[in-house]
Parts: sequence; C-alpha cells; structure tokens
Amino acid sequence: MTDIDLLPREHEEDLRASVRRLFEAESSAEFVAGLYDDPTADTSKLDRAWAQELGLAALLVPEELGGAGASASEAAVVSEEIGRAVAPVRFLSSAVLATTLAVHLKAQSLLAGLTAGERFAAIAFPATAARIDSGIEIAVEGGSATVSGTVPGVIDGVGADDYLVVAGEGVDTVVVRVSAEHVQAEPFLGFDQSRQLADLSFTHAPAEVLGHGLDAAAAVRAAEILGRTVLAAEQAGLAQRAFDLTLEYVKGRRQFGRTIGSFQAVKHRLADLWLEVSQAGAAAIFAARTAAASEAGEELPDEAELCSLVAGSYASTAAVHAAEEAVQLHGGNGMTWEYPLHLYLKRAKADEQILGHSRRQRQQLAPLIDLPTA
Amino acid sequence: MSTEQQRIDDAVAAAAAATTDAMNDSERYGVLYDHGLAWVNFPEGCGGLGVSTSLREYAAQQVAEAGLRTPPRGSNTIGFGMAAPTIVTYGTAEQKLILRDIYTLDTIFCQLFSEPGAGSDLAAVATRAVRNGDGFRVTGQKVWTSGAQNADMAILVARTDPSVPKHQGLSYFLLDMHAPGVEVRGLRQITGEAEFNEVFLTDVEVPEANLLGELGQGWKVANTTLNNERVAIGGGTPREGGMIGVVAGAWRANPEYRDPLLHDELVRLWVEVEVARMMGERLSQKLAAGQPGPEGSGAKLSFARNNHELTGLELQMTGVDGLRYDTYAMRRPSEYSMIGRIPGYRYLRAKGNSIEGGTSEIIRNIISERVLGLPGEHRVDKDVAFKDLPK
Repeated sequence: MTDIDLLPREHEEDLRASVRRLFEAESSAEFVAGLYDDPTADTSKLDRAWAQELGLAALLVPEELGGAGASASEAAVVSEEIGRAVAPVRFLSSAVLATTLAVHLKAQSLLAGLTAGERFAAIAFPATAARIDSGIEIAVEGGSATVSGTVPGVIDGVGADDYLVVAGEGVDTVVVRVSAEHVQAEPFLGFDQSRQLADLSFTHAPAEVLGHGLDAAAAVRAAEILGRTVLAAEQAGLAQRAFDLTLEYVKGRRQFGRTIGSFQAVKHRLADLWLEVSQAGAAAIFAARTAAASEAGEELPDEAELCSLVAGSYASTAAVHAAEEAVQLHGGNGMTWEYPLHLYLKRAKADEQILGHSRRQRQQLAPLIDLPTA
Repeated sequence: MSTEQQRIDDAVAAAAAATTDAMNDSERYGVLYDHGLAWVNFPEGCGGLGVSTSLREYAAQQVAEAGLRTPPRGSNTIGFGMAAPTIVTYGTAEQKLILRDIYTLDTIFCQLFSEPGAGSDLAAVATRAVRNGDGFRVTGQKVWTSGAQNADMAILVARTDPSVPKHQGLSYFLLDMHAPGVEVRGLRQITGEAEFNEVFLTDVEVPEANLLGELGQGWKVANTTLNNERVAIGGGTPREGGMIGVVAGAWRANPEYRDPLLHDELVRLWVEVEVARMMGERLSQKLAAGQPGPEGSGAKLSFARNNHELTGLELQMTGVDGLRYDTYAMRRPSEYSMIGRIPGYRYLRAKGNSIEGGTSEIIRNIISERVLGLPGEHRVDKDVAFKDLPK
C-alpha cells in the first residue's frame, strides 16, 4: 500500500468543468425525466457529444493505441459528473468496461472505432452479476466462433455497434466479439430509465475471438476493477448531488414559522448524511487513484481490487441512502414527478444492484482482507 | 530540501551533539526542547522553530533517525494535546516557561472543565473564582478528570463574573494540583474501574499570574483547547489500526468465532473503518498546513459509532467467552487501553467514546451548523445573566 495523493489536480478540475457544462446543456433533469415517458427517445446526440466532441471515448485508451492515455482518476471525475446529472450515457458500458477489455486484449480493430467515439460496444452480461460472465455457450473453432443463448438485463444492450461475450473462467476464459447485426436486442422499460437495459439473444451468431486463457481472464478482471471503481465514483457524485439539493431545500423551506433546516431532527440527519456522503467521496477517489497506480504498475492489482470493493460496497448504499433521505426531507415535494429527486432515487437503487450488490461485493472483499467465512 | 527542513536538520544535529549517555530522560527531553524540536511549529523559545505545522512529521522522523528518545505522549496527554497549544497561543512570557516542563514530563497536566451541571453545556460551569487580594479563590466541583491523581497542574475554567451571560463571565486558569483545598476522588465507571476523578476545590488560592488570557475570555481560550482535543481523538490511523484490528485479529485467530451469520457484519464494519480512514487521509492532505477545522469532527462521529458496533460484535462472536468478565474491582489505571483486556470491558468502555470530548449529539450540531451552515439551536440562556438562570 503506497501513499495515495487524494487532492484534486488542475487538469481534472478542467475536465470536470467541461463535462458539467455539457450535461447542464444537454442532459437536464427534464430531458432525463422525458425518457420515462418516451422510452424510445434518441440519446445518441448526447453520446456523440461526450464521446466525440469531448473525446472521452478515448480517455482510457493508451496513447500508443491512439487514445488519450488517461487513467481511472480522470474516468472517475467524468463518472462523478454523470452521477451528478444522472446522465443517460454509454460511458460505463462502452468507454470503461468494453474499452478496458479491448485495451487489455489489444483488440485493435475494435478499439479504432471505440476510441474515435464512432462506435459503441457493450459487454453481454446481466447487469446485476458481480462477475463479468455472459453465462452462455461460445463454440470456438480455430480463430472463429459461434455464440448461442440469451443474456437478460444487459447494460446499454440496445443500440451498441459491437457486443463482447465472455465465457468460462481461468484458463478456460474466452472473449469474443459479435457485431450488432447478429444480435437480437429487446430493450425493456426500466425501473431506472437513465440507464437502458435490454435482453439479448444470440442464435449461432458468428463471432471473432479476441482472447482466451489467462490473458483473457486478466483482462476481464481489469475491466471488473475499473468498472466497479468508475461506478463508485458515479454513486459518490449522485450522493453528493442529492445531498446538496436537500441541504439547499431545508434552508429555504419554512414550516411552523422557521426553516425546516433549523429543527434538530433534520440537522442531525443531515450531519450523519454529510459524513456518509463525504466518506463515499473519499473512498471513490481513493479507489480511482489506486486503480490508476495499479494500471501504471505502481500498485498491485490486489490492492486496486480491494479498494474498488471498499468503494463499491460503501458508495452504492450511500447513494441509495442519500437519495432516500432527499425524498423524505423534501416532504410531499419529494414524491412529485416535477422535482428531480425520483431520478436520483431510481438511478441510485438500480446502481446499487449493478456489478453485484454490497453484500456480494463484501463477500468478494473478504478473502482479500483475510477474513475467511469458515 | 526547503530552508525550513534545513533548519530542522541543523537543530537535530545540534541536539544530537548536545545529548550525552549520562543524561536522564528529563535532561534528554530538555535538550530537544531547547533546540526547538519539541513542537517544531511553535515559536522559537517555546520548544519550536516557528516552521510550518506540516513539517511536524518530517521533524519526528529526523529526530527518530538521529536516535534521540522523545517523551511518550501518553504520559502527559492533556499537557501535550491541550495545555501546550493553549499556553503557546494565550500565555504570557512567564507562563510559557512551563512548556519546557510539560515536554520533559516534569509537570503533568489534567483538565478541570466539566462539572456535574456543565457537561455538553460547558459554558454553564458554576465553579467560582473570586477576587482575593492579588489572586483568586476558587471553589467548586469538577468531574471526568482523567489522571487528576497524578497531575501537578490543571487547566481550569471557572466563573469570575456571574452577573453577565454565561459565555462572558468565564476565565481560564492554570491551577496547582498540590495546593491546599484540592481534593481528588476516583469516579467509578460502568467498567468497574476509576479511570477518571471528581475534583473538589475548596477555597483554593490561585495567583493572578496563573490567569491564562484575559479576564472574562475563558470561553474563547477553552475553545482552542477543545478543537485540539477533538482532533486528538479521531483520525490518523493506519489500515486496521484501532478496534477493527482487535476484532479482525480475533476472527482470524479463532476459527470457532466464525459464525457465518456474523461474517457480513464484520466485513461491513471493516469497510466502515476503512472509508473513515480514507476520509481522514483526504482531510489531512487538505489541511496539511492548516488549523483543525470543524470537518475533523466527522472523524469522531464515525470513530465512536464504529467502536460501539465493533465491540458489540466482538462480544457476540466470542460466544460464552464474551460473557466472562475479568474484574469489576475498583482499580485506578494510570493509562487506559482498549486492548489487553476482554471483550466485555471493551464493549462497556466504548460507550464512553460517543460521550467524552463532546457527545455525538453535540458533534452533529457542530457539523450541521459550522460545516453545513444550518441555523443554530434556539438559546434561551444567551442574554440572561448567569446568576438569573434557572438551576
């Protein structure tokens, strides 16, 4: 465990400001709420904006592969802003999970489209699974393969240009690429419409083998670590925003001739929530900096995995708690469609299930901190 | 290397040269003090070099590398953590002379703040300090004083003017614990032992020279002390430092403790302690050169809650052993430690963590008012003379 510098860096704050400007302009609360009334609404303009215009699709691609060569620290900053705006973007699924897999497998033809922000990819695995595993059959014959089976609840499963399918573990791990025309994607109305899920079906779909064996297993692990780390940053950003909105509200809302923020019952709840949200933010940045150090070879992957599970398990419940408290402390207004709190509550509750709920993540953490179950 | 670091290095070299094998501990610590290595951020002549607070750790490393022995903080916790920073801020030249004795452990301090009627509401202290010729005569009862039986001096908050509202009539004194009229009695706690004391003050003479800060400014002076206390209590530990290390260690060492129904709770608490540590780390990097701020109070809140839950879990996971207690005999420990006794003791003692040094409820007030900017509590006693308040 090396010393981790946790202070904000200037270029990260510049990045934060430009991402925030984009979402304020293109992903307002009204825009996000509209996705519930019109589930088929087109969000591709927003995806092009962050991916191509801000160049964030290239963020996690190394410079020698034509990318920006940034790290988990920068990805976490973007993700915090995504959480803050509950933005409906393919950043986690394509620019983080699929891109990390492609980078580690050196899948150059796939990466070219992803890096340019012209193509988007999704990994076919159920959103709530703690491990990236498609759970379906890949029949490999030489350099090509076919894929058959169904995968429910895939993150950003509709509208992707490429699908990555992962099967097996350890030396049996196989990762393949299937292009969109061979995939049947059925989107469904989600509990959280700010992250679209879809059920996927593959019927003897032709696939290109991107990697297999232990190298592929290591790539999958890297994607899991980075995915959890970036998701934790999103949850921390969401929690902070829900908290900030609530603090502002209780300072203005008057009942019994005084602001409701002057009641001790409210003050103490917000003091506790401030602590929880602040701790989630600290854990998220700690995990991001540790993942960055690990990718740079300055820290062991085990430590990055440990920190991703600490941040993931903590921030996921903190975000839900912050959103629940926001609804409660806004009183009747918190239950209205007009106020944006429900967008935060739905995203937080859905996020809590993604990549494994907190108990599952703690079960994964236990062996890393030498706390055996038996 | 910065010029400040160079000054530290020079002071360490000079102190090493001035230290001889024949010296006793007090003399050795005195050499460090005289070379400005006691508290490097204090001014020169007060045991410091006037360098940035962020260099304290650097100085400690250099002193350790030079093989120079430093006094254990725990032998004079109040002296180091509370009396010294307050005296260096408000003390007269004469009062600052005592800083050297604090550092050499020749003068051990205790704290006379809380009273039976002034706990969270510390400004309600009723102990009177009445003008008496060139000094004051102090009468009253103090409580929750750790180490009073071994202390030479005390920092004392007493009321010098009951005719003004409570915050305005207080003054801050240095009191000689060996003076006539000072009586110390052990205060038995729920653990059985008496780690703290009640201190009865009856017509104790305190010279004018022992008034610290201005007359009537005691509240302001005391707040310097309390901010330092809260920072001293929370934060700054390595991974698995503190109670989590004890409980996780017991789980690892004893397969029979590993009830699967308790496993998730243990890992959850491990995460809680770890994220609190990460937040403390982030805060200390932010405040590297600054003064303790109200955000630091958050560390005490999580520390207390985590200790409550961890000690409760430990008692539960140890089965019947958790129900064995070692001794409820009235004892007077000189230093308290949560480690080295049994789960039952730790569970009982940890209850104090959310009370001592500011209850968790008061901490939540501080966070909500001073960090979040929410309105203060309604105060009925703010503009009323202390003597007219309902008792």
